[in-house]
Amino acid sequence: MADHAAKLVSEDGVVVLHCPPELVREKLVNHDRSLNWITEKVSVICEEKTRPWWWIAFFIFSPIALLVPLLLGYQVSNGVGVWGENQPFGWAWDITNFVFWIGIGHAGTLISAILFLTRQKWRTSINRASEAMTLFAVMCAGLYPGFHVGRVWKAWYLFPIPNWNGLWQNYRSPLLWDVFAVSTYFTVSVLFWYVGLIPDLAMLRDRAKSKLKQWGYGLAALGWRGGNRHWQHYEMAYLILAGLSTPLVLSVHSIVSFDFATSIVPGWHTTIFPPYFVAGAVFGGFAMVLTLMLPARLLYPQLDDMMTRNHVDKMAKIILLTGSIVGYAYLMELFIAMVYSGHFYEYNAFYNRATGWYAWHYFAMMFCNVITPQIFWFKAMRRNYIVVFIACQFVNAGMWYERFVIIGTTLAQDFLPSSWGHYTPSWVEVLTFVGTFGFFITAFLLFMRFLPMVCAFEVKAVTPQADPHHDPKGHDHEQPKEAALSAH
Amino acid sequence: MPQIFPRSSNFVPLQIAIVLGVLTAGALGAFWYYWTPKYTRVGYQPAQPIPFSHKVHAGQLGLDCRYCHSFVETAAHSNIPTAQVCMSCHSQVQKDNPKLEPLRKAWATGEPVQWVQVHKTPDHAYFNHSVHVNRGVSCVSCHGRVDQMDVVYHAESHAMKFCLDCHRAPESGLRPLDKVTDLGWTATPKGKESAQQAQLDLGNELKKRRDVNPPVNNCAGCHR
Repeated sequence: MADHAAKLVSEDGVVVLHCPPELVREKLVNHDRSLNWITEKVSVICEEKTRPWWWIAFFIFSPIALLVPLLLGYQVSNGVGVWGENQPFGWAWDITNFVFWIGIGHAGTLISAILFLTRQKWRTSINRASEAMTLFAVMCAGLYPGFHVGRVWKAWYLFPIPNWNGLWQNYRSPLLWDVFAVSTYFTVSVLFWYVGLIPDLAMLRDRAKSKLKQWGYGLAALGWRGGNRHWQHYEMAYLILAGLSTPLVLSVHSIVSFDFATSIVPGWHTTIFPPYFVAGAVFGGFAMVLTLMLPARLLYPQLDDMMTRNHVDKMAKIILLTGSIVGYAYLMELFIAMVYSGHFYEYNAFYNRATGWYAWHYFAMMFCNVITPQIFWFKAMRRNYIVVFIACQFVNAGMWYERFVIIGTTLAQDFLPSSWGHYTPSWVEVLTFVGTFGFFITAFLLFMRFLPMVCAFEVKAVTPQADPHHDPKGHDHEQPKEAALSAH
Repeated sequence: MPQIFPRSSNFVPLQIAIVLGVLTAGALGAFWYYWTPKYTRVGYQPAQPIPFSHKVHAGQLGLDCRYCHSFVETAAHSNIPTAQVCMSCHSQVQKDNPKLEPLRKAWATGEPVQWVQVHKTPDHAYFNHSVHVNRGVSCVSCHGRVDQMDVVYHAESHAMKFCLDCHRAPESGLRPLDKVTDLGWTATPKGKESAQQAQLDLGNELKKRRDVNPPVNNCAGCHR
C-alpha cells in the first residue's frame, strides 16, 4: 500500500495521488457529460411529443386503476362483508396490502433522507423517482385502513376532532399511532419531494415554449429564480426536511409492527418486530424502486449515463443487506418460538405457519426473501439488469407473502381450535389489490411524463465540473484512475 | 426572458392564505352550528294528529307522567298511552270536542292514534327507560320541561355526548325517587350553597347509596 499512497510530483508540478484501482470510485455520470447535456436529457422527457409506448401503457393501466374507485364504491354501498374476511379472520388482504404498500414507501424516504444525510452522492439520480414512488405507495396503503373501518364516512373518527359523540381517541392503541405515523409520513414525504422539485420545475418553466406550460410549471416553481439566497434557503430547508424524514424511515414501520406486537396473539407478540419490519420495508421498497427504474431506463435510454450499472449494483447490495437481516429475523423468530421460549402457543403458532393451511405461503416467503437475494453476493448478478429485475419480482412477491403469513396464519389458528377459521379472498378484494397496482403504475406514468424524473440539479452537483477543485485541464480526463490535486 | 407572471402575483399566496383561512373557518363554524344534533334535533316539533297539550295535562291538571306512560318504570320502552287511557277521562270530559275526533275514532275502531314520534333512539343504541327512572334520573333530564310544552318538542340534543356527559358524571342528575316525575324539582341548598352544589352533593350521596355505575368506557354498554 505504501508505494500506492506515496505522493508523486509530475513534470508540470502537479501532485498526483495514486490510488489502487480497486478503490477508485466509479463515476456517477458516465461519459463526462456536460451540465447542459443533463438539463437537455432530463427536460426532454417532459417536453417531447408523448411516445406511443406511453399511451399504450396509460390505456392499459388507467382502466385497471379505475377498479379501485369502482370496487371501493361497491364495498361502501354493500358493506364490508363483500370482502372475504370474517371472524376470526378480522384482518386479511386489506391489512396485508396496507403493510405491503406502506413498506414499499420506505425505500424512497431512505434514499432521499438517510442517503442524503450520509452523503451518498449516488442517490441523486434516483431519489426523485423513488420519492414519487413512496407517495403513490402510501396513497395505495392509506385507502386500506380507511375502507377497512367499514363505514368510511366515519373514518374521521380516527383523528382527534372534537365531536358531539363525546368520544376521544384511545392514545394507548397502536392503531391510533398508526394514523399519526402514516399521515405524518405522507405529509413530510410530499413536502420533501416538492421542495426538491422546485429548482427543476423552474428549469422546465424557463425552457417552456407554450403559455400553458409556462404557467403550469411557473406556478409550481413558486417564483424560483436560482439566486444565491434562494439556494441558501433551499439547502437549509432540504436539510431540515431530510432530518425530519430520517426518523420516519424507522418510526413508521416500527409503529405498523406495533399493531401486531402489542397484541397478545401468539406469532404477533414479539419484540423483534420493529427492526424486522423496518428491514423488510427497506428490502421490499428497493425491489419496487428497481422494478420501476429498470423499465424506465430501458424506455428512456438517455438516462443510462445517469442511472448507471453502478447505481443498480449499490441498490442490489442494499437488497442483499436488508434481505439478510430479514432472513436472520425469520430464523431468530423461529428459534425464539420453537426452541427458546418453551411457550406452547408460540411453538404452535410457528409450527402451524410452517406446516399448516398456509404453509406454502410460508415457504414462498422464505424462498423469495431469504434465498433469492443471496445471488447478489455476486457482482456479475448485481450488474445484470435482467437478473436484478427478476430477483426484484421475487422480492416483491415475497414481501407480500411475508405480510400475509404474519397476519393470516396467526389469525387462522390462535389459542382455541374451536375458534380457528379459514379465509379466502373475495373477488372484490383481489380486484381492489390489482387496481392499486393500476393506480400505482398510472400515477408513475403521469409523473414520468409531466415532472422531471431525475433531479437534474443534484446530478449536476455530483459531476466533476461541479467540484470546486476541478481542473478542466487536469489529468482526470485522460487518466480517470487518478485524482489530481493542484500543487498551488 | 420576459416575466411570466405580473408583479401582483407576489401577493397571491397571501391572498390564497386569507381566503382559505376565512373559508375554512366559515365551513368549520357552519358545520359546528348546523350539522350537529344541537341544531338538527333540538326544536323538532311535528304536528300531531291531536294537538295534545302536556302543559294542560301534566302542568295545570298535575297528572303524573306515569299515569299515561305507565310502563316507564318496568320496561325499556316508555309507552304511548292507548286510546283507552285517554278515554278514561275523555268519555266524560270534552267528549264532543272536534279536536278529539281521531281519539274517538281510535276508540271505536281499535286502530291506534297515529302519533308522530319525537324522540327516537337509533337502532344501534340500547336505551332502557326503567333502569334510568329507577335510579333517580328524572324525565326532565332528557325530555326537558314537558309540563310546560303545548305540543311536545325535542328539547335536548340526545347526541352521544349528551348521554356520556351524564354517564360520566351521574351526580349532576340523580334525585330522590319520588321526585323523578316532578319536573320542576330542584335540590334544596343547605345554608349559602348554590343550587348547583346542592344537586352535586345530593347526587354524589345518591350515587354512592344506589351504586350507580353507568357504562362509560364500555362501548357495548349501549351499543350491544
